[in-house]
Amino acid sequence: MDPVTIELLLNIASGIAFTVGGVFLLIGAFGLVRLPDVWSRLHAAGVVDTVGAELILVGMMFQAGFSQTTLKLALIGLFLFVTSPTATHAVANAAFVAGIRPVRLRRNESGEVIGESSHKEFQP
Amino acid sequence: MTKAVGLLIALFALWLGLSGYFKPFLLTLGVLSCLFTVYLARRMNLLDDEAVPLQLRPGLLLYWSWLGGEVFKSAWAVSKVILAREMPISQQLIAVPCSQKTEMGHVIFANSITLTPGTVTVETVPGKFLVHALTDEAANLEGFADMGRRVTEVEAR
Repeated sequence: MDPVTIELLLNIASGIAFTVGGVFLLIGAFGLVRLPDVWSRLHAAGVVDTVGAELILVGMMFQAGFSQTTLKLALIGLFLFVTSPTATHAVANAAFVAGIRPVRLRRNESGEVIGESSHKEFQP
Repeated sequence: MTKAVGLLIALFALWLGLSGYFKPFLLTLGVLSCLFTVYLARRMNLLDDEAVPLQLRPGLLLYWSWLGGEVFKSAWAVSKVILAREMPISQQLIAVPCSQKTEMGHVIFANSITLTPGTVTVETVPGKFLVHALTDEAANLEGFADMGRRVTEVEAR
């Protein structure tokens, strides 16, 4: 393939990655507003910082081509992949320890995991 | 000793990748700074399974790509929930058993659950995780068991 075709294909690929990533970012932001409480909003934030952020990074990698920039972007993606669940877990664990419970909880097995102390009711 | 050499190689690869310099003088400085870092890490007793996880199998890379696919699928499911007119959420806190033997295995499994949108690990006790799930489909115990098996395969040689 000649260089012009390859560049066109790379531009198309990065365009797709940016578009899909941007749609997921929008949906995540929309979910942050729409979902009822901190627990469900965590999942909307999860959409933003996994699929949204990684797809934007992939799109930038297609634009950068084989270069040092791509390596750095890949490292950013790797660190995001490892650190974002840690931050999400920290928020969820803090909410749990503070006694905040999800609204309209269908099933609660927290007693099985940490003992009976978890059954206290949430006082707003 | 293996851990020290492994850390040195990883640090120098990172230094080289981020700096992009190949002049002999700067390369020497890079090697010296990496050696100093390894020396400090050794003095601080950081050269263990947690800081230098050489005990993980190379299959971890395959596991990550499988996990990437799972993340995409569950992100799609959560997006559908968010965009639905009547959001079909049924929040639940469920107990998920974990069979990994090492601490690193527990960390990988718990972080994988958190990484997939729709499920978040809230609390860990030996042998069990407390997981918050957004919907009934996300709270799929067979799915967790499958993921746990894959983690057990890569956790140790």
